Amino acid sequence: MVLRVTDMGVARGGVPVLEGVSLALGPGEALVLRGPNGIGKTTLLRTVAGLQPALGGEVEAAPESLVYAGHADGIKAALTVVENLHFWAQVFGTKDISRALETFRLGPLTNRQAGALSAGQKRRLGLARLLVTGRSVWLLDEPTVSLDTDAVAMFAGAVRAHLAAGGAALIATHIDLRLSEARILDLAPYRAAPLAVEDFDGVFL
Amino acid sequence: MIALLTRDMRLAVRAGGGFGLGLAFFLIVVVLVPFGVGPQSALLSRIAPGMLWLGALLACLLSLDRIFALDHEDGSLDLLATSPLPMEGIVVVKAFAHWLTTGLPLVLAAPVLGVLLNLPGPGFGWLVLSLVLGTPALSVIGTFGAALTVGLKRGGLLLSLLVLPLYVPTLIFGAEVARRGAEGLAVTTPLALLAGITCGTIALLPFASAAVLKVNLR
Amino acid sequence: MNLNALWEYANPKKFIETTDRVLPFVAWSAALLLAAGLVWGFFFTPEDYRQGSTVKIIYLHVPAALMAINAWLMMLVTSLVWIVRRHHVSALAARAAAPVGMVMTLIALATGALWGQPMWGTWWAWDPRLTSFLILFLFYLGYIALWEAIENDDTAADLTSILCLVGSVFALLSRYAVNFWNQGLHQGASLSLDKEENVADVFWYPLLVTMAGFVLLFVALVLVRTRTEIRARRTRALEARERMQA
Repeated sequence: MVLRVTDMGVARGGVPVLEGVSLALGPGEALVLRGPNGIGKTTLLRTVAGLQPALGGEVEAAPESLVYAGHADGIKAALTVVENLHFWAQVFGTKDISRALETFRLGPLTNRQAGALSAGQKRRLGLARLLVTGRSVWLLDEPTVSLDTDAVAMFAGAVRAHLAAGGAALIATHIDLRLSEARILDLAPYRAAPLAVEDFDGVFL
Repeated sequence: MIALLTRDMRLAVRAGGGFGLGLAFFLIVVVLVPFGVGPQSALLSRIAPGMLWLGALLACLLSLDRIFALDHEDGSLDLLATSPLPMEGIVVVKAFAHWLTTGLPLVLAAPVLGVLLNLPGPGFGWLVLSLVLGTPALSVIGTFGAALTVGLKRGGLLLSLLVLPLYVPTLIFGAEVARRGAEGLAVTTPLALLAGITCGTIALLPFASAAVLKVNLR
Repeated sequence: MNLNALWEYANPKKFIETTDRVLPFVAWSAALLLAAGLVWGFFFTPEDYRQGSTVKIIYLHVPAALMAINAWLMMLVTSLVWIVRRHHVSALAARAAAPVGMVMTLIALATGALWGQPMWGTWWAWDPRLTSFLILFLFYLGYIALWEAIENDDTAADLTSILCLVGSVFALLSRYAVNFWNQGLHQGASLSLDKEENVADVFWYPLLVTMAGFVLLFVALVLVRTRTEIRARRTRALEARERMQA
C-alpha cells in the first residue's frame, strides 16, 4: 500500500462535509473521486495532503511520497518555463526536468516567460511540475481544467506512465480521463450527517 | 531554501516594484519633511535621524503585503507548504528576501537622503549601522504580520494596524542610536538593545509566523 | 479539589447555565461597590491641599488603568487555554474581553488627560506611562480588528491567540523601550504618576472599593459579552447546518 486513508472526516470552514471515508491505493493504482460540486473533493485532497487537519481518521503514507496539485498551478509569470520547473526540482531535491518537458511537450516553450503562455499551456506546465518532484503519490484536484482534448490525452498518458512505473494517483475530476485502469470512488455516500439538534446546545459545529 | 531565495530575488528584480517602489517612497517622504516643518537647517539636522528612521520604516511597511500575497494567489504557497521545506524555513527565507530587496536598499539610500536633511557629520555612520541592525527586525516582524493577513481580501490596512505597534521598540532603539550618534553621545546601550531585539525576533518570531501561516492555509 | 472538574465549565452549555446563576450576583455587587466607592470618594473625602478636588478623578483613573492591563492579561491566559486545550468558550471570552479592555484603556487615557490638565498644565505629555497606555490601546485595536476581519471562527481564534502571545511580548518590550526613550530625552522623568504609593488612607480605602467595583464590573461585562458571543456563534452554526440541508 502506498496510501491508506481510514475512516477520515473532513470539514470545510468549520462545517463537517465528509465522514467515514476510507480508501487505499497500491503501487500502480489510480483512484478517481467523483461527486457533485460542494461534496468535499477538494477538502478531502487538501486534508490528505496535510494542508488542513482531519476531523478524525488517519492517513498512512510513506514519508515524502505525496505531492499535491490544486486548482492554481503555482507558476510565476515572470519566470520562464524552465526556471519554473528548475525551482520546483530544487525544492524537491531533484535535478532532471527533461522528462517533464518532453511528456507535456513543453520543449518549444522552454525559454518563454510563463506569463506569456495560454491557460492550457500553463496548466501543462503545472502538471509537468508533478514529474520533476519525483514523488510517487499524486494528489490531483481537477487536473484537466482548461486542457483541450489532445492535452487531456497527453495528461492521461503521463498518469499511465506514472502508474506503470509503480506510482499512484488520487484524482478529483468531473470529466472522463479514459483511464480504464482507474477505479472510481463516489463520495456521495460519505456526506456528513448534520448533528442532531439535541446535541447542538453542547457543541458548536 | 536557497532555490526559494534565488527565485524570490529574481522575481523582485524582474517584476519590479520590490526595489523601486520602497526606495521612491523613502525619497518622497524625506523630501516632504522640510515642506512640513520648514527649511531651517538647524531644525532639520536635529530631527533628521528620527525622520530617516521613520521614512525607512514606512517604506518597509509598504512592501510587506507582497511577501506572501502573490504566492498565495497563484497557489505557490500551498505547493510550498506540501513540499519538503519546513514552514519555518520558508518564513525565514521570505523575510530574508524581503530584507535584501527592501531593507538593504533603504540602508544604502539613507546616507544620501541624510544629506538632504542636513544630518550632522558624525551621524552618518551610526545611522547606517542602526539601520543595518534594525531593518532585519522590521522585515521579520513584518513577515509575521503578512502571515497573519495572508488570506484576507483587503489585508493591507489591517497589516499596518497590526505591525506598527510591534515596530515600536525597534524604532525607539534604532532612532535613539542614530540620534545619539548624530549628537556625539554614547550609543552603546541603545545599540546593544537594538541588536538584542533583532536577534530575539529573528530567533523566535519565525515559529509564530509559521504557525500562523499553517492556520491561514487550511 | 479536582482541577479537572474545572474544565467542565468550558462547555458552552454548562457555561451558560452557570453564568445564568452567577451573573446577577456579580452585576449587582459591581453596581453596589461602584456606587459606594464613587460616592464615598467624590463626596466624603477631604480635598487635596495641593490639587483641590481634581484629585478625585483618581477614583476612575486608577481602577480603569488597573483593568486595562488586567484585561490584556486575562486575554493572554484565555488565549493560552485556547491554544493548549481548544475550548471554544476560552477563545470567545478573549474576544469578549478585548473591547472592554480597550474602553478601560480609553477611560484611563481620557481621565488622565483631564487630571493632567490642571496638574501639569497640559492635556498630554509623552510620559513613559501615558505612552505605554497609548501603545496598549493600539494593541487592543489591532487585536479586535483581526477578530473582525476573519470569517471563520476557529481560524480567527487561532490567529488572534498567537497575536495576543506575540503582542504581549512586544507590549512588554515597548514598556521598557518607552521608559528608556523618555529618560533619554528628558534626563530623568520630570512627571511622575506614582501617586498611589503615597496617598493617605482617607483616599486609599474608597479607592480600594472602586477598584473592587471595577474588577466586578469587568467580570460582569465579560460574562455578558461571552454569552452573547456563544449565542451568536450558535446561531451561525445553526445557519450553516440549514444551508447544508438545503
